[in-house]
Amino acid sequence: MRILVCVKRVPAPGAKIVLTPDAQDIDASLLGFAISPHEECAVEEAVRIVEREGGSVTVLTLGPPEAEEQLRAAVAVGATSMVLLPSDIPDWDPVSTSAALVSAIARLEEEQGEPFGLVMFGNESADSGGFQVGIRAARSLGRPMVTGIKGIDAEGDSIAARRETPSGWELYRLPLPAVVGVKEGINLPRYPTLKGRMAARRAPVETMEPVAGSSGQSKVMLMTPPDAGSAVEILGEGPEAVPAIVDIMESLGLV
Amino acid sequence: MSFLYLVEHDRGRIDETTLGGITGARILAESLGAELHAVVIGAGAASAAGGLDAYGAEQVHLVSHPLLTDYGPDAWGESLFQLAGSVGAGAVIATGTDRGNEVMAQVGARADLAMVANCLEIEPDGDDWLMTRVRWGGSLHERARLSAPVKLVTLAPHSTEAAATGQPAAGTVAEFTPELGESDTVTMVVDRVTVSEGITLATAPVVVSGGRGVGSAEAFDIIEELAGLLGGAVGCSRVVTNNGWKNHKFQVGQTGTVVAPDLYVACGISGAIQHWVGMMNAKNVLAINIDRDAPMVTKADWAVIADLHQVVPAISAEITRRRTLAAESG
Ligand SMILES: Cc1cc2nc3c(=O)[nH]c(=O)nc-3n(C[C@H](O)[C@H](O)[C@H](O)COP(=O)(O)OP(=O)(O)OC[C@H]3O[C@@H](n4cnc5c(N)ncnc54)[C@H](O)[C@@H]3O)c2cc1C
Ligand SMILES: Nc1ncnc2c1ncn2[C@@H]1O[C@H](COP(=O)(O)O)[C@@H](O)[C@H]1O
Repeated sequence: MRILVCVKRVPAPGAKIVLTPDAQDIDASLLGFAISPHEECAVEEAVRIVEREGGSVTVLTLGPPEAEEQLRAAVAVGATSMVLLPSDIPDWDPVSTSAALVSAIARLEEEQGEPFGLVMFGNESADSGGFQVGIRAARSLGRPMVTGIKGIDAEGDSIAARRETPSGWELYRLPLPAVVGVKEGINLPRYPTLKGRMAARRAPVETMEPVAGSSGQSKVMLMTPPDAGSAVEILGEGPEAVPAIVDIMESLGLV
Repeated sequence: MSFLYLVEHDRGRIDETTLGGITGARILAESLGAELHAVVIGAGAASAAGGLDAYGAEQVHLVSHPLLTDYGPDAWGESLFQLAGSVGAGAVIATGTDRGNEVMAQVGARADLAMVANCLEIEPDGDDWLMTRVRWGGSLHERARLSAPVKLVTLAPHSTEAAATGQPAAGTVAEFTPELGESDTVTMVVDRVTVSEGITLATAPVVVSGGRGVGSAEAFDIIEELAGLLGGAVGCSRVVTNNGWKNHKFQVGQTGTVVAPDLYVACGISGAIQHWVGMMNAKNVLAINIDRDAPMVTKADWAVIADLHQVVPAISAEITRRRTLAAESG
């Protein structure tokens, strides 16, 4: 199966999020970057499907030129080709993001003469969390789409997809070509091998110019939520603290 | 003008976030001089609709069609889109659950309008709305502006506490039959599997959670023993999942499960922001960590600065000792 996965580059903040002075962005000057976690699992799932059934995995991102790093990370774990839509505009709204991705997908499909059997998204992007880019893209492509997917079985010309609910699983069956939004936990992504990393370094990146649109939704500023601020009580520095701990558990009615 | 609130239900059983959501939607409608209408779609709608007027729904739209046999994002999205057009709704609102966000995005795609997910606060600014919305799973807020002829939003789950109005609204019921075809049912639920677990992580009163500091899959035995003694569930950090020490279903955090137990015991977890947003609503937090300056320690209620491999088994032993004593004397 020919699969395309849309991945987003996101900063990886640690204990605290620090904003830029104009409050327009996360201060990422000291941070690393990663593929947004749900999409990392989408890449892994795509690679596994292709390892079983044959085919190819194309990764596509809209982001700064540095997002090439995340595309190469996907190739290092088995993706076959990568496409970058470079843009210096930091915050694309979901409508414009979807439009840019769809026009790239349409061009790739035209060049290759057939649609991708499966287009995969993350359930939501880790940073902006709009919960919609994939759904909008699927609508534009005229393909069925289900989000929150934590299990996929390819079954010839359709896929069976599972979504977790509080009481178990909901099952969906989508005819191909289809679109899914994947959640972390669908699999355990592999680490890249040395060979994979070497290959990724040499692999070519195709670039296409994205066209920015606009939708009515715009960011005004970012804010860090107020800290609850607790004054921690240190109970001790070793097993001698244990009676105090169990006293607390007792007072909470747990012992 | 009317605002529509999508009632989330599964074959007639309303979702636990619904009454809080409809309360938030009603407060918003009141502040903007709009009438709040509830929308209940598909099989089981009638039973899910009961009592919604007590939360301020002036009208309930029961949406039915022979093809609306179960949940499906296209079928629900298309139905809600058509209803919003037919009543000339000024806003369509849902709660930001898996289904709520999914259906509202479907409506947005059909209407070609923006949809703003997981809002905490909304205020008008002329014809626009200014909202505070959740980013990074809650560790960051965004101030956003929405200019659109019809406002499509979801409210962050649990952002408003459910409150009946005291005075049930007039509560008229209107039936609506959308035009649906086979293409709208392609994404419908085709089957279900029920898995019954004992204590689930999401609802456990106590969670004993382990991070990188636990060191190995085998060493999780001591975490499990303590969780068992406390009648709680085991949790873990993403490092633990990535290392394959525990399955992802145990992961707490932004991309794992969100928990709100009476007591959260964090063993060898540093307290990265993406972990913290998954457990920040715990009533009490006990951190066990060798690093006095770890964020989990500084933000906890109580902390022990020590090796968890010594402390955790000693806690289990002390609980067992006290219980044995109590049983002997009792
Ligand atoms: C977009 C995104 C989403 C994410 N989602 C999640 C999520 O859902 N959940 C999640 O957990 N993380 C998530 N993360 C990862 C997160 O940023 C951290 O990397 C992770 O939580 C760290 O796990 P940890 O605390 O176990 O490990 P570390 O940060 O390495 O901390 C280990 C801690 O153990 C202590 N320690 C070591 N040895 C001992 C010992 N013997 N006894 C006691 N203490 C000891 C150390 O002092 C340290 O504080 C996400 C990251 C990103 C970028
Ligand atoms: N800039 C981007 N480049 C590629 N894919 C993206 C981008 N933004 C969002 N996506 C995809 O759309 C999904 C949903 O994003 P969102 O609607 O922002 O929550 C993400 O999980 C990604 O798979």
